Amino acid sequence: MRVAALLFACWAAGAVAQTRAIPATELRSGLTFGSAELRAMQADDFANPGMLWVERGQKLWQTPAGPAGRTCASCHADPAASMKGVAARYPALDASTRRVIDLESRINACRASRQQAPRLAAESEDLLALTALVAYQSRGLPLSVTISEGTRETFEQGRGFYYAPHGQMNLSCADCHERNWGRRLLAETISQGHPNAYPAYRLEWQTMGSLGRRIRSCLFGIRAQMLPYDDPTLTALELFLAWRAAGLPIEVPGVRR
Amino acid sequence: MAASRLQVPAEVRRGDSFEVKISIRHPMETGFRVDDSGKPIPRNTIREFTCRYNGKPVFIARLGSGIAANPYLRFFLTAAESGQLSFEWVDEAGERGDALASLTVVG
Amino acid sequence: MKRDWNPPLASAHRRRLIAASGALLAARVFPTRADSAPLPAIPELEAYLAGRTPQFGRLILDLPRLADDGNAVAMRVTMPGPFAQGEHVTSIALFSEKNPVPKMAQFEFPVPPARVEIESRVRLAGSQRVVAVAILAGGAVHVATAEVLVTLAACLDGP
Repeated sequence: MRVAALLFACWAAGAVAQTRAIPATELRSGLTFGSAELRAMQADDFANPGMLWVERGQKLWQTPAGPAGRTCASCHADPAASMKGVAARYPALDASTRRVIDLESRINACRASRQQAPRLAAESEDLLALTALVAYQSRGLPLSVTISEGTRETFEQGRGFYYAPHGQMNLSCADCHERNWGRRLLAETISQGHPNAYPAYRLEWQTMGSLGRRIRSCLFGIRAQMLPYDDPTLTALELFLAWRAAGLPIEVPGVRR
Repeated sequence: MAASRLQVPAEVRRGDSFEVKISIRHPMETGFRVDDSGKPIPRNTIREFTCRYNGKPVFIARLGSGIAANPYLRFFLTAAESGQLSFEWVDEAGERGDALASLTVVG
Repeated sequence: MKRDWNPPLASAHRRRLIAASGALLAARVFPTRADSAPLPAIPELEAYLAGRTPQFGRLILDLPRLADDGNAVAMRVTMPGPFAQGEHVTSIALFSEKNPVPKMAQFEFPVPPARVEIESRVRLAGSQRVVAVAILAGGAVHVATAEVLVTLAACLDGP
């Protein structure tokens, strides 16, 4: 009886962990919910405003920082080679702190520990530029985060947040992006809410912004308690979103409404 | 210092039209937005953008808040002599930006 | 799980815009691009024309019929050639019907190019018509109009 119960518990845990509300074959990038003009803007590397940040990132990569004057290139040489595939794995477990961190935090951790340079502020031009540059090296590669022993707890925390009701409107992320994706909200069509294009140039912001900023915009929109940029819940949610979008190709720099 | 991206063909035939594309990092602040504390952000747009072909102005764009942030311009010039295309712009705060491209004209 | 209570954001203006755009959607039939439709009444445009009679049909103004977001709308203005002696394009200006600043841009050609085509991205404060005005060296004035329906974001965006 106890063995049966244990087996059932294992199966249930496994089954729940693998259940996807939107099957892999039905995943649709946010790009497919945008207009033809938006898609054209993203597709044209010159017209894509996000490329301004990727280029800035390329310059920063070669810019000395910290007392020893190290550049990113000092350790990582050409980002096209060294950074390929990296963004596809993030958020990921940071071995030294045993915490799940996003790409922005990874870049800052490198700056602090390897360059002894000050961390870059959230949504600063430089952090957006470096994040965009690194993620750009994974453009076209499928999102593929690892949910295993070290990341499972964070994953569950993120999933819990996703399905819980929040804010004045008592809405969960799932209410819009799982139950109602494809339907209209005023003049907009609700997307599936995937993170694969971030950092993205959002027309609404008239500038580049991170996934964290986009999530915070959503929280603002549903009148929920705001999460600060360094809140672990935000990272947990980003991990869940990346898992949920597994297989979708990275589109950085994305262009979105 | 306004960052920009410039695209000009490396080589063109004399008399042919050629495409110039430029993308400039600039908020083109309208003056109608407010910051997080509710304070209005002052207007600051790129007012004048000049393209010079071997020093001679060939294209001028007078812009304002009606042009989107991070302005993108695509226009055509006619190939004459080889030389240099220089681009200059200035915004309402007096900040200047510039870009340069070499042009090789054959035929 | 804590329920949050934040007082509704004072954005009556945005709500009016949303209601208005809803009404606009309901009431309007999408018009075809009427090149010879009368020009919208824009005082700055009238002043710019300075009594000259504009010609329709040659200048082409391309804007999407429906814009995702008024912050960046793709625009292309073209004046097809060939250009007779003394009839080259000296300038092209853009006017907005509804923006707080009606004159959006002016492009000048101190040296006339063989191909007159300009692309950029404009800001549109709501659904409206845009007018392009090309002035030729000999004094001829050519105009084109385009109408854009600008949708508003469904959710309020935040910091």
